[in-house]
Amino acid sequence: MQDSGIKVLFMGKNFLRLLEGLWVTLRISLIAVIISIPLGILFGMFMTLKNPISRAVSRVYLEFIRIMPQLVLLFIAYFGVTRTFGLNLSAEVSAVIVFVLWGTAEMGDLVRGALISIPKHQYDSAAALGMNRIQTFWYVVIPQTMRRLIPLTINLTTRMIKTTSLVVLIGMTEVLKVGKQIIDANRFEYPTAALWIYGVIFLLYFLACWPISMLAKKLEKRWR
Amino acid sequence: MNGEIQLQVSGLVKRFGEETVLNGIDFCVRKGEVVVVLGPSGCGKSTLLRCMNGLESPDAGSIFLDGEAISAGGKNIAQLRQKIGMVFQSYDLFPNKNIIDNITLAPVKVQKRSKKEAEEQAEKLLKRVGLWEKRKAYPRELSGGQKQRVAIIRALCMNPEVMLFDEVTAALDPEMVREVLDVMIELANQGMTMVIVTHEMQFARAIADRVIFLDGGSIVEDSKPDEFFTNPKTKRAKDFLQTFAYEKRRTNIN
Ligand SMILES: Nc1ncnc2c1ncn2[C@@H]1O[C@H](COP(=O)(O)OP(=O)(O)OP(=O)(O)O)[C@@H](O)[C@H]1O
Ligand SMILES: [Mg+2]
Repeated sequence: MQDSGIKVLFMGKNFLRLLEGLWVTLRISLIAVIISIPLGILFGMFMTLKNPISRAVSRVYLEFIRIMPQLVLLFIAYFGVTRTFGLNLSAEVSAVIVFVLWGTAEMGDLVRGALISIPKHQYDSAAALGMNRIQTFWYVVIPQTMRRLIPLTINLTTRMIKTTSLVVLIGMTEVLKVGKQIIDANRFEYPTAALWIYGVIFLLYFLACWPISMLAKKLEKRWR
Repeated sequence: MNGEIQLQVSGLVKRFGEETVLNGIDFCVRKGEVVVVLGPSGCGKSTLLRCMNGLESPDAGSIFLDGEAISAGGKNIAQLRQKIGMVFQSYDLFPNKNIIDNITLAPVKVQKRSKKEAEEQAEKLLKRVGLWEKRKAYPRELSGGQKQRVAIIRALCMNPEVMLFDEVTAALDPEMVREVLDVMIELANQGMTMVIVTHEMQFARAIADRVIFLDGGSIVEDSKPDEFFTNPKTKRAKDFLQTFAYEKRRTNIN
């Protein structure tokens, strides 16, 4: 039967395996995002320092991370560092490290943008009201940057979820890989399975990212 | 005016790079006195006010409030600033907070007063300037004049001893200037010590106990308002006043 590729989905544990694959992707991205947010906030504050050395360092870091394809970073982390220094990093740990490095850079740039968007006279009037630096930051600056940052951070998260499919190339079995395995196993019996499986994966990605995107949109509107 | 000295500025020097903006400023403000600082654009009026509450650190000289030195990096600067309210030209309310929260943020977080008590005072002050209805509104929903009145109240709610005003009406549409100036006049009548930078000459003459004319980094004149406006001692002050007369004629013609 040529047209019953959909059956493949419900054979054995196939659907469950796909979900497990998706969970790998989500887990890596979520861990990476959760670590990247505090580091990114610190990095963003670091980037706003007037010191020329700190500026140069953060600039180089940001550019390096941006210019390098994530795939290359993954290879460096997993194959390069592991082999060179004899560290036995699992694929997942390498992936988390790379995505944290990337997330911190991107988050830092977002935080920097948000911080410099706060007009100088906001700092002045907070100071004139007797607030010290920490109070100014906590009560005046941070709440104002949040409005900008939360939607941007959520967008970064969805980008990260999509990009984590690269971990398949350092040998991790995430959702796409599972899909490919299922398709390969059923290549002769159900040649149309590919369409169904990839269709489902598409849906799964959509279901994972769409609510997050919607949330971002909603927050953006609310806080306009 | 012969109350005790509240603010004292002595030998104040401030440079920005090569440029010496303030070059040895000496004056004092007595309790309850209203001093208006006048001078051409760029002569350092804002810089003087900013030094007076430690937003800029002077290169030399010192400023005392009730005998205590104000220095930008000093430990007690936040403490001292609570006694000095400052209102700026740009009505810089916190855009993410409504009016009442704008006013009570510092009293609650900095002075550790109870939210309820701070709100009561804020509402009382808002009523006085006719903005009580706006207490739950956000800054973006207010006109410039309304925002500036809130900014004044926000400073007043800290119960300061001295108020500094830096061209608070300069960014306002003409029809809103009056409502803000009226608040300041009422404040002066209540005996608040004030230092005011303004380009509103009639207002300056009406409110000032003393006029300080700043030019070229120093105080060129320090006199009673009637004396300054009718009979300035220096040519520079005469020229300065002349520019306003000229501007006035021009606006009348157009
Ligand atoms: N942060 C700064 N860095 C460098 N130069 C500055 C800074 N602040 C002020 N200046 C310079 O100091 C001089 C005095 O500025 P200030 O703002 O005190 O003048 P002002 O009398 O308030 O003028 P205006 O009437 O236009 O408000 C100007 O030449 C200005 O360019
Ligand atoms: Mg000025």
